Amino acid sequence: MPELRASLARAIGGLSRISGKGGGTTLPGRAMLVLDPSALERLGGQLTDGSVLVSATNGKTTTAAMLSRMVEQSGQQVLANRAGSNMPWGIVTTLLDDREALGLFEVDEAWLPEVAGSLRPRLIVLGNLFRDQLDRYGETESIASSWARLVEGLGRETVLAANADDPLIASVAADSPGRVLFFGIEDKGIALDAPPHAADARRCRRCGGRLVFDRSYLGHLGEYHCPACGLSRPDPDLVATEVELHGAEGVSATLTLGTAEFRLELPLPGVYNLYNALAAITGATALGIDAEEALLALESLPPVFGRAEPVRLPEGEARIFLVKNPVGANEVLRSLDQEEGPLDLWLALNDRIADGRDVSWIWDADFETLAGETRSVVCSGSRAAEMAVRLKYAGVNPESIQVDHEIGQSMVTAIGEATGTLYALPTYTALLELKDYLADHRDLDPFWEGPGQ
Amino acid sequence: MTERVRLLTLYPDELNIYADRGNLLFLRKRCEWRGIEFEAKEAGPGESFSPEEADLIYIGGGQDRDQEAVGADLLETKEEAVTAFVEMGKPLLAVCGGFQLLGRRWSSGDGEEREGLGVFDVSTERGTGKRLIGAVAVEANLLGERLLVAGFENHAGRTRLGVGATPFGTVIAGYGNNGEDGTEGVLRMNSIGTYLHGPLLPKNPRLADLLLALALSPNDPNPPGLAPLEDSLEMAAHQEALDAALRNRKNRNRRSRVRTG
Repeated sequence: MPELRASLARAIGGLSRISGKGGGTTLPGRAMLVLDPSALERLGGQLTDGSVLVSATNGKTTTAAMLSRMVEQSGQQVLANRAGSNMPWGIVTTLLDDREALGLFEVDEAWLPEVAGSLRPRLIVLGNLFRDQLDRYGETESIASSWARLVEGLGRETVLAANADDPLIASVAADSPGRVLFFGIEDKGIALDAPPHAADARRCRRCGGRLVFDRSYLGHLGEYHCPACGLSRPDPDLVATEVELHGAEGVSATLTLGTAEFRLELPLPGVYNLYNALAAITGATALGIDAEEALLALESLPPVFGRAEPVRLPEGEARIFLVKNPVGANEVLRSLDQEEGPLDLWLALNDRIADGRDVSWIWDADFETLAGETRSVVCSGSRAAEMAVRLKYAGVNPESIQVDHEIGQSMVTAIGEATGTLYALPTYTALLELKDYLADHRDLDPFWEGPGQ
Repeated sequence: MTERVRLLTLYPDELNIYADRGNLLFLRKRCEWRGIEFEAKEAGPGESFSPEEADLIYIGGGQDRDQEAVGADLLETKEEAVTAFVEMGKPLLAVCGGFQLLGRRWSSGDGEEREGLGVFDVSTERGTGKRLIGAVAVEANLLGERLLVAGFENHAGRTRLGVGATPFGTVIAGYGNNGEDGTEGVLRMNSIGTYLHGPLLPKNPRLADLLLALALSPNDPNPPGLAPLEDSLEMAAHQEALDAALRNRKNRNRRSRVRTG
């Protein structure tokens, strides 16, 4: 019977692909969960090497891709939900495949407790929690509380790889009954003058007191302590120092793990990707993979669509950066700030469910860094004009801004205007639309391997 | 004499959850472009102020924990000043959590009743049902002018107006105060409480300009108009926000009493 159900679910997926209604990446799982509500637990239990979960507001797709690469290069078979279907039905769809493997899944923040409860993973990687799509997830604090309940109930066999620099994550991880490996950055050189406006966790989860940030690296990530109750950042097991940012090209850093020291050359830009790499390396270490081997895997990381990946078109080159919340957008803007100006930009703001219906967040991101730095700007998506207004009030010359709600057509315009690389900043569904447009018009492969969150 | 607007933001560090700073930026730029001097002031926990020091007050929304922390402080350190400010006919904009705090009663995250400032004759209870979330459009009336206001709401609280209280507007699409009686927000003299959260002014340039006009001449029933600005992008953004709310209504099709246009 179970096999029959699985075949039926797969057949539904095949139909959905043939009918052109999506990539068949979640429908089989949805069907399977109707036929067998315990499918996640049952199929997950058949993974020969157990499972690993990766969750975070920002960077879970990239971190999971990195960790997956590390595990594969160590010679193990990996079963991963690469299509970005990171809710239970997406994971069940993935589990219909060959289960003689280590299951490695990125999981939506809101669904992590349920998925972890069903899979009882060997390792959970907790990256960060930021203000994100408040209409969908609610307040950051409520996600942190649901994670805290999850962690308290974990078995001793589950290891955590956790971000010491995120006070929300660190306080959640501290209550784990099992082993916790922390990662973090210690580098005065890349510290911001003050936590940026979009910083969230200003208060101590333990006592409600106001946290003091001795150094801020990104949003509310940094070196902090609570003067009221004495809570301090845990000492990280894996530390990055001597960080060098190379604009949109990449980042390098010295990593210290116990007594060993390594130099990381990461082909992805920004402090945010450094955090992703630290999370993946810490996770790999917890799985018994040699740190040097893990680093090697990073240097040959295949690009993930929409994550700083260059796309070459007949009219020119575009670099695409997914933006979906203030902290993520700020980090992309920080990378662009290091590029030689003036910049040619395409920004696409959609307000569908997967983007967050509420577009308020663009007013929390620091687009002010673009003032005086742009040559041409095209705004697109269902809320193109609101994006344009945001840029106008950030100090971008309104005469240089064009508004065109149509994604594909506006991209063609933007590429035409650009004299060098076009920097493209779409929200999630705008990225998917762009991908479809490029696939239909540019003979590119469809990207079912493509973007997650 | 140069004209000047002094904007006082209450609890900017605690109450900023939905990008409330977009409102401040919008007001600042629209003053600067007209040659009106703009001064931004803040009053946080423990800080008092005099109603004479400000021409316009803004108070935003925060996470439950922050709203709780601010509620008691507001009563302790700012009750008299806020009340006097409103009664002087000066303009105040209270958004989301800030709107609740200025009512008679509101409800904490775990459902306990809390005393509010009572500047607005409204009270808020923690709803037992779902949070009221979505794009919203309202027909409002300010300074005798009818205007459409569009934005986004996200609240668990259900707010009811007192017997003599005037709503800020009538819901065209979305939930408003409680999802039942079709009212949105509250208007008292020139002070507004509303659930349209975060950066509502960038979506509603006309409302922003009316607030500025009131800030410049609070006691004039017909304050002189401000110099016009080139607002084509702003009006397009306003239309997008209205469209989002009306699309929302079409999808849900659950409101029988509809007035548009």
